[in-house]
Order: sequence, then C-alpha cells, then structure tokens
Amino acid sequence: MRRAAALVLLAVLATGLACALSAIPFGRDKIDVANHYIREGVEETGAANLVTSVVVNYRGLDTLGEVTVLFVGALGVGVMVYGRPAHGGGNREKASLIVTTGSRVLFPLILLFGIYVFLHGHLTPGGGFQGGAVIASAFLLLYLARPGRTLSRAKLGTAEAAGGLVFVLVGVLGLFATGYFLQDFLPKGRPGVLLSGGVIPLIYVAIGVKVGSELARIIGDLIETE
Amino acid sequence: MDALNHVMYYVGASALLLVGFYMVLVKTNLIKIMLGISFLDTGTHVLLVAIGYVRGRTAPILSESLRRSVEVGVAKVVDPVPQALVLTAIVIGVGVLALGLSIVVQVYRHYGTLDSRAVRGLKW
Amino acid sequence: MTLLEAILIAIMMAAAVAASVFKDLISAVIACAAVSLIASILFYLLDAPDVAMAEAAIGAGLTTAIFVLAVRKTERYER
Repeated sequence: MRRAAALVLLAVLATGLACALSAIPFGRDKIDVANHYIREGVEETGAANLVTSVVVNYRGLDTLGEVTVLFVGALGVGVMVYGRPAHGGGNREKASLIVTTGSRVLFPLILLFGIYVFLHGHLTPGGGFQGGAVIASAFLLLYLARPGRTLSRAKLGTAEAAGGLVFVLVGVLGLFATGYFLQDFLPKGRPGVLLSGGVIPLIYVAIGVKVGSELARIIGDLIETE
Repeated sequence: MDALNHVMYYVGASALLLVGFYMVLVKTNLIKIMLGISFLDTGTHVLLVAIGYVRGRTAPILSESLRRSVEVGVAKVVDPVPQALVLTAIVIGVGVLALGLSIVVQVYRHYGTLDSRAVRGLKW
Repeated sequence: MTLLEAILIAIMMAAAVAASVFKDLISAVIACAAVSLIASILFYLLDAPDVAMAEAAIGAGLTTAIFVLAVRKTERYER
C-alpha cells in the first residue's frame, strides 16, 4: 500500500522534472548575473579564482551563515554525546604495523597539504572548505591508527572558536573602515601573487582552521564515546 | 548519440533524486532513511552544476592568458555562481548528516530497535 | 568522451539502486561512497574543480566515516 502510493508520487515527480528540465537546454550559454563577475571580477576583488571571489567577496554574507549552520551542527553532536563515558579501552585490537608506521609519516604531510590548499584558495582551485576537509581526514587517520587514544579536544575547540571569531572580526573591521559589513578594506595587489585579493586570504585561513577543527571534533565525538 | 549527450547529466541527477525520495518514503530502517537524504543532496548538487555548464568553455580560474582575453572583452568560462552555491551546500550536507546520525544512535539506545514503525513515542 | 561520461553515469545510477536494495548496511554505505566518488569525477568533467575537490574530500571520505561509526553503534543488518 505504502509502496504503491510512493511509486505513484515518484511517477508524478519524474514527469514534473522532465517537463521542467526540457526547457533548460544543456550546454547553451545562459549566463546572466555572472557576466558582471567574469568581466570585473579580477579587478574588483584581486583574486584569480572566480569561485573564491564569489564565495568570499560578492556573496560573503551567505558564507557567514553557512559557517554558523556548521557550528550549530557540531554543537548538536556535542550535546547528543554529552555525559556518555569514553570507551573503556581494552577490547580494541591494535592497528597493523603498516597503518601505524604509515600514519606517522603521512599525518604531517596531509596536514601540510591541507594548509597549502586553503592558503592558495584565491590562486588555484581550493579554498577554506576543501583545506578544512583534508585536515579533518588527517585527524581521522590518526584515530584509525591509534585506537583507544584520545586527542586533546580542548585545543581543537579553541582553534574552532578562534577561526569563527576572526571571520566576524574581519567583517566588523570592514564596517568601521568603509561603512559596510564584510567590505574589502585591504589593498588588492597584483592578481596571481600570494599576497593579493584584499581580505580573501585572511577569511579563507580563518574558515580553513575553523572547518578543519570542527569536522575533526565531530569525528572525535563519535569515535571516543561509546 | 547527440541526443544522449543532451540529456544524460539531467537523467543521472534526476535518477539520484528519485532513488533518494524512494528511500525516504518507503524504507523503515532509520539509517536507510539517512542514506536517502544523502542521495537527495548529491543529486541536487549534480543537477545544479550541470545546469551551469556551457559547452566549449573552461573552468572559472582566470590564468594569465584568460585574463588577457577578458580584457579584450571575450569571456570564455563556465558559470561560477552555481559552483559557489554547491560548495556551501556540500559542507552543510555533512553537518546535517552528522547531527541526524547522532540522533539515530540516541534513538537506538533508548528504544533498542532501528525500525521507524516502533519508535512512536508521540501517540496521538 | 561522451561514452566515458555515459558509462560513469550508468554506474552511478546502478550504485544508487544497489544502496537501496542491500540488506547489509555496511554494503549500502560503501555503495553511497561509490556514488559520491563518481559524482566527484563528474564535477571535474563539468569544469568545476573546486566542487570536485570538496565532494571528494567530504563526500567520499568524511560522510562514509560518519556512517560507518553510526552503523557500528547500532545494528548491522536491516530487518
């Protein structure tokens, strides 16, 4: 009964999608708003990566909202596991020799790669979110290689709070310097150089640190409590 | 072959959306429902990026040669706005998934089962 | 190039249907990771390298880890 009703609903949805998508030809030039971003993007923001300039500069307020949503999600996970005892070790088998030795070599390299990705977000493909995810997967490797050991979650919490605070502080400084919240107030520099793009490298470093430590904390909360 | 080229990305993204909806509506295991929500997210992202694609152009990273051609007045890059939206949406998707799965684990601890027909605390 | 993309999209749809059918939840989670991986390749073929990097790191890495941790704390087989 339930399955039949669901299949009817899915058939209606499929016809609706087909009718809507047949009016959008695939691959034809339908760029409307982004023409301005493509023409004036490098001059107005100083970043060579157009997606970065849209995320941080033109639509920066949406990014601030997204960082807030991620923070609330991490807060919720922390509330759900509050008070549970950390797993009484002893029944965890040790990881194999390859994983233990390999993680010792790979952990600093993966961390370095993550920092490189969010530092060069305005020049090459990358940015704060990608770099943060790479850093969180480095911490996941550490958890897999040493079952039973806990990481210092207080330090991760401090890093996460500092990242969010720097982002909001940059916005407030923009408010004092130019009269608009999150407006670009640093000199733009030459596009293609590391120190260019105004406030974009600063904001992306803050976002990279915040997202990395946040996702690492979520994984730590789920692994350490039983 | 040309007709296939026109529709295949839309067909793939719509198939993901439909499989996601089916899993959320019909399955009774709570973890399968969360998997359905993840498929809904992925299908939407592929659909958005496919709508923003323009044939014959390149990625929106302006290297030296592309910057010179932009000054001439001819822009040859793909739409960057859907990519910015999808970037944000991917990270929010993982946040929502983490929160949902911790709620599922808590429900299992309280009720002892993962069947959505048995966890009916709000009887009305 | 079109043939490659068509085969990848067909495998993605098959993996999504497989995740819905499997009774072992770990197999379903691995199928979801396969869907995320192929979606990341499709993002690269659609000229979106930022999105491809984000989907590969987050979708195929962290989401799978979170799912496996949740299945480990509950039951493994769908009844």
